Amino acid sequence: MGLWIMTGVTLREAARKRILWIGLLAGIAFLALYGTGMHYQVKEFHERHLPPFIRYQIINGILQVGFYAVDLLAVVLTVLTSVDAISGEISSGTIHAIATKPIRRWELLIGKWMGFIAMTVGYVTLMFGGVVALGYWIGGVVPQNLLRGVPLVFLECILILTITFLCGTSLSTLASGVVVLGLHGLAFLGGWLEQIGGFTNSPRLVMVGIVSSLIMPSESLWRRAIFEMQSPATRSLPFGPFGGSSAPSAVMIVYAGAYLVVALAIAIYHFHKRDL
Amino acid sequence: MDQSDGFAIQTENLRKVYESKIAVRNLSLTVRRGEIFGFLGPNGAGKSTSVKMLLGLVKPTSGRADVLGLPCSDVGVRRKIGFLPEDFRFYDWLTAAELLDLHGRLCGMDRAKLRERVPTLLEMVGLAPHRAKRLREFSKGMLQRIGLAQALIHEPELIFLDEPTSGLDPMGRRLVRDVIRAQRERGATVFLNSHLLSEVEITCDQVAFIKDGEVVASRDLRAQPDGDLRLFVRATKLSPQAVAGLAKWCTASQQDGERLSLSPRSTADFPEILRHLVSAGADIYEFAPERLSLESLFVKIMGEDRGL
Repeated sequence: MGLWIMTGVTLREAARKRILWIGLLAGIAFLALYGTGMHYQVKEFHERHLPPFIRYQIINGILQVGFYAVDLLAVVLTVLTSVDAISGEISSGTIHAIATKPIRRWELLIGKWMGFIAMTVGYVTLMFGGVVALGYWIGGVVPQNLLRGVPLVFLECILILTITFLCGTSLSTLASGVVVLGLHGLAFLGGWLEQIGGFTNSPRLVMVGIVSSLIMPSESLWRRAIFEMQSPATRSLPFGPFGGSSAPSAVMIVYAGAYLVVALAIAIYHFHKRDL
Repeated sequence: MDQSDGFAIQTENLRKVYESKIAVRNLSLTVRRGEIFGFLGPNGAGKSTSVKMLLGLVKPTSGRADVLGLPCSDVGVRRKIGFLPEDFRFYDWLTAAELLDLHGRLCGMDRAKLRERVPTLLEMVGLAPHRAKRLREFSKGMLQRIGLAQALIHEPELIFLDEPTSGLDPMGRRLVRDVIRAQRERGATVFLNSHLLSEVEITCDQVAFIKDGEVVASRDLRAQPDGDLRLFVRATKLSPQAVAGLAKWCTASQQDGERLSLSPRSTADFPEILRHLVSAGADIYEFAPERLSLESLFVKIMGEDRGL
């Protein structure tokens, strides 16, 4: 029961805090800009009389750029909204009045975690939905395997959220933010190195990329998600944030899932053991 | 009846050690049910850590603490406990009524009961006109009042109040005193942590003094403990022999003209002292026992140099 109350409070808090609305406004502004860009691109296609196959591939490529941008927005918003959820309440003492109620510590933590999941999933759905809708209305193209790709983006954001919570149970708000964004940055760089390694046939570089993905698998989830949603022609691009020359395997996805579960378990354990 | 039934709080050698510091050394404390208990000590004596251990916020390094007959780590027992933290902070985006509603629900109260209880409590703490105002617009005193209300929402059997009057004006302090008295009347136990000794003196039945993480003394404020007795006498015709003869019943005496300040060993000796003075030819105008004020007692126990 306490768990659901905390989920509800977290959602209500999100709705009343400025950061979520700023995130939404940023998202809407991006979609407006993106739609305008796509509109002029399509207009140019008509003027140049490009063959439908090329048109399809280019619009598909533009869609990948859109997904990439909203994925980044979603990751940043996930970290910014949740980074003080635990550490901030501990340092301000807000948690004292709550943790002394008949609610277990794990219920408090999971309740909040679920609230943020609902918010993140809602945001990703809205933003990806926006990009897909624009692609369909303006460009007449629907990306492939949306239902296989978008859940992986959910998983990526939930993983980031869980690591933020884990840091929040033992670090300050600022330190948590630095660690989570640092880890995601490491994974991002590792992803590039892995792709360059794959393209240049350099197994050592690939290994560096794989190790960084093992340290933080968030970027692997994104790369697998975009790989799923690409057209076969885009997949054949050598590399890049939308390239699939070395898309993470299914084993990596399972690893990321296990990583998330273990991180959550450690967060619960830490939070249960620590003094408030 | 189980022995623990008579106690709201019972701790035995409770200890909390942080990396380099012993916060609570050896706390053994008993608080009877229905009592208003004052917990006193200088800053850094371990008061807050002790309260946090009793509430399950801080894990004891060793020792035992039972609250309402159950170990303090038991989550279920918190259904019967209310807590007003020092420097009360809460989600400031909630309104006063929403805050009470949330706390009530966390305590397991149903919505129907809350619909009745929330307005009553807001009325009690004088915040009824501000029910729809967000907490971020509240002054410190108003936050203290709403904090007090959230601690009482579920009519707990045991209430911990940590510095409840710190942000309050005289009216607010009076309100807190009245609320504490009302809790006593309905049979609840109140554990009061306060720096304001005069407040404690007015409200508490029992006090414990904590120093360096240990209880160093405790007093029943309802009784007149003989060790803290003073007797004030105003009389004329006091002969030096009459005053010297008082040594039989008093540990100390000090004369300043007509005023005589005595430290008798026991209240049982008062009639003898009076008889002695009268028979020695003194005319008595005042004969009044005085209790050592809590502040004097505090200074005596803690030592002069320790600030609050």
